[in-house]
This record gives sequence, structure tokens and C-alpha cells, in this order.
Amino acid sequence: MTNQEWPLYEVFIRTRSGLSHRHAGSVHAPDDQMALDHARDTYTRRNEGVSIWVVRSDRIVASDPAESSALFEPAEDKIYRHPTFYEIPEGVENL
Amino acid sequence: MYTQGLDQQGKTENRRDSLETPERLEAFQARIDAEEKIEAKDWMPEAYRRTLIRQISQHAHSEIIGMQPEGNWLTRAPSLKRKAILLAKVQDEAGHGLYLYGAAETLGISRDRMVADLLSGKAKYSSIFNYPTLNWADIGAIGWLVDGAAIMNQIPLCRCSYGPYARAMVRICKEESFHQRQGFEIMHVMANGSEDQKAMAQDALNRWWWPSLMMFGPSDKDSKHSAQSMAWKIKRFSNDELRQKFVDVTVPQADFLGLTVPDPDLRFDETSGHYCYGEIDWQEFHDVIAGNGPCNRQRMETRRRAQDDGAWVREAARAYAAKHAAKAA
Repeated sequence: MTNQEWPLYEVFIRTRSGLSHRHAGSVHAPDDQMALDHARDTYTRRNEGVSIWVVRSDRIVASDPAESSALFEPAEDKIYRHPTFYEIPEGVENL
Repeated sequence: MYTQGLDQQGKTENRRDSLETPERLEAFQARIDAEEKIEAKDWMPEAYRRTLIRQISQHAHSEIIGMQPEGNWLTRAPSLKRKAILLAKVQDEAGHGLYLYGAAETLGISRDRMVADLLSGKAKYSSIFNYPTLNWADIGAIGWLVDGAAIMNQIPLCRCSYGPYARAMVRICKEESFHQRQGFEIMHVMANGSEDQKAMAQDALNRWWWPSLMMFGPSDKDSKHSAQSMAWKIKRFSNDELRQKFVDVTVPQADFLGLTVPDPDLRFDETSGHYCYGEIDWQEFHDVIAGNGPCNRQRMETRRRAQDDGAWVREAARAYAAKHAAKAA
């Protein structure tokens, strides 16, 4: 039974134009078109979206949370990338 | 919810990672205590994973089985308006089941496994759905009481420590409010209708009141999963606390409808500010859980038949997808 399960798709919804697509959940479907149909029926029954993306879950490449400190470490000591790092003399405006 | 990826790459790595050293357990609990959300691929103790799989899949099964008592009235709703509303509600229950199965799958259990566990009777679902819907007012009572009790249970779950479950619950809670209000409206119309309609509304309340109180689960002193679930912030309030909240908000609503809550011991306690209610028939609760409620067998038979009758559809869709994939290649 198990090996007959329809593949899993991740569903991303754009709630209205101007916003980016956001992960909503997942659906099983035998192919891409039915994944879109299932995503519509499952996640937009109340006009929650103007656009849907679906992507096979096994095609997503994700970082490993256990490695996240090493992965993001290079950004940690670069505080000069933030505007608050810089001292601006009092009286200077529009900066 | 990247389940399949997790399944495949986890096999070898998992053994090394799953060692539950005191340091790991402590760090995990510290994240929980700091109100951090746990996400699908994060390290978690096996017992936390198992508890969530049990709870989320039971919750999903309840939504799926929960379509049956109301589905019973789809073809007999008293007007086209009521029929359209009920159809939308039953579709929502299916949707809720799917959100929850999706959330459970992030923990590494397959959809087929969960469905198989439901159909074999290994997995449980909420006892409430083993009661019959005998008259149209039952549809009102289910929306008002059963969905009302579900909302009480579910709102704290929106803050559950497991991210995918919490997010699914936010979506569900938004939709449940419609379910409860349409139920109350049915009750209101019937309670203000003819003598016969009012009697039907009272009859429905009489039959659904106690099973609704049982939905909160065993009394705190008998609840075997509670303490650990509270520590893990899967649960935020005890069964009895939630049950009390439900009684406190629902009794005034029954008064408003002019209906009588079927509990001779019910009274408002001025000093505590709460309603005191009579003893729940726990024998009935345990009988229904054990499979001996009025409709347990019927519910399972219907579910198994639906699974079997749908087999050719699932197979045809797979065959169609395979054919088109081959053509495209």
C-alpha cells in the first residue's frame, strides 16, 4: 500500500498581488495539474489566494537545522553591514 | 513540510542524531521554555515526536470521521440555503483533516500509514462522532456544542510548540467560527419556531450536551498524557480547565435560546464565578472509546467502504500520470 501513495507537494499561496508566495501546507497528488487542483480545494476555499505554486517536496533542497550555526556564522561578525554601526555627528540631517 | 526528503535522507544520519543525551534533552526543553517553535527537521526527543504523531493523527481522523454524522443530513437539509451551508461545512472538515495529516507527515509518518491505522482500528478518533444525528436540530447542536467544544480545545493549540501543528490550527480555528455560528443560528431558528421545532431543539441539546463535555477527555486526575504534554507546551490548559470554560460560556447561550441544559446539578456558583456541573458518566465515555458507542461500527464500515470504493480512482489517476510522464519523456 505504502509505495502507491501519491507524491507529496508543498503549496505556496500569493494571498494578493503585491505580496510574495508563502508556504501554506502540503497536498498529495498524482501529477502537477492535480496538485494545483488539490491545493486550490484545500487551501483557498475562501478566496485566500490569487496565485498558487506547487512543487514536489522531494525536489526542495533545505538546509540542515543542526548545521545552522555554522551555516550562518559568516554573517555574525559583520556588524558593519548594518546602518547602526556608523556614528554620525549630531546635527547632520537626512542621513 | 518537507516530509519525503526527511524520510529518505534521515535513515543513516538519524541513528547518530537520535541519541538522547542529557545535554540534548536539556537544550530541547530550554527552547520550549523560551517559547521557541520546534520545526520539522529540528532535533526532538522520540517521545515528543511520538506524542505529536498520536495527537495530530487522532485529530485528523476525527475531522475525517466527523464528516459522517453531518453528511447524513446533506440530502435532507430543510432548504437549499441550509444544504449549501452544510456542504461547505463538511468540505471544511475534509480540509481540516488534510491540513492535519500534512502536519503529522512532517514528523516522518506517511499518509498511508495513518489511514491504515485508522481503518484497522489501531488509531482512535474523537468519541463524539460515534453518536447518531437523529433530527435536523442535531446539525444545529453539533455546530453549536461540538464545534464550540472543539474551538475551546483548539485555540490553545494555535500556540503549540510544534510549528507545523500550530500553523495548521490557526487555519482551522479561523474556519471553525463559521461552523459554530451556523449551528447556533439553526438552534435559534428552531428554538423560536413551532412547538415541535422547539422540542426537536431541546431533544438535540439533551443528547449532545454530555457527549460534548466528554470531548475534553478524562478528568485531570485520570489523564495519563497531560503532565508531559504541558511541559512540552503541546497542551496549554488541562482537560478540566477547558471543560469549565466551555460550560461557563455555553450555559448562558442555552438560556438565551430558552432551552434547558440536561443537568439537574447545574448551578452558578457566586463565589468562584463558575458554573458547577454534575458528574460525567465516565463509563459511557470509556465504552464509546472502546468501540461500543451507538455508531462506532457504522462509522468504521463507512470509512473502509469509502477507501475501497475510491481505490480505482486513485489507481486511474496514477496510471494517467504515468502515461503522460512517459509521453513527455
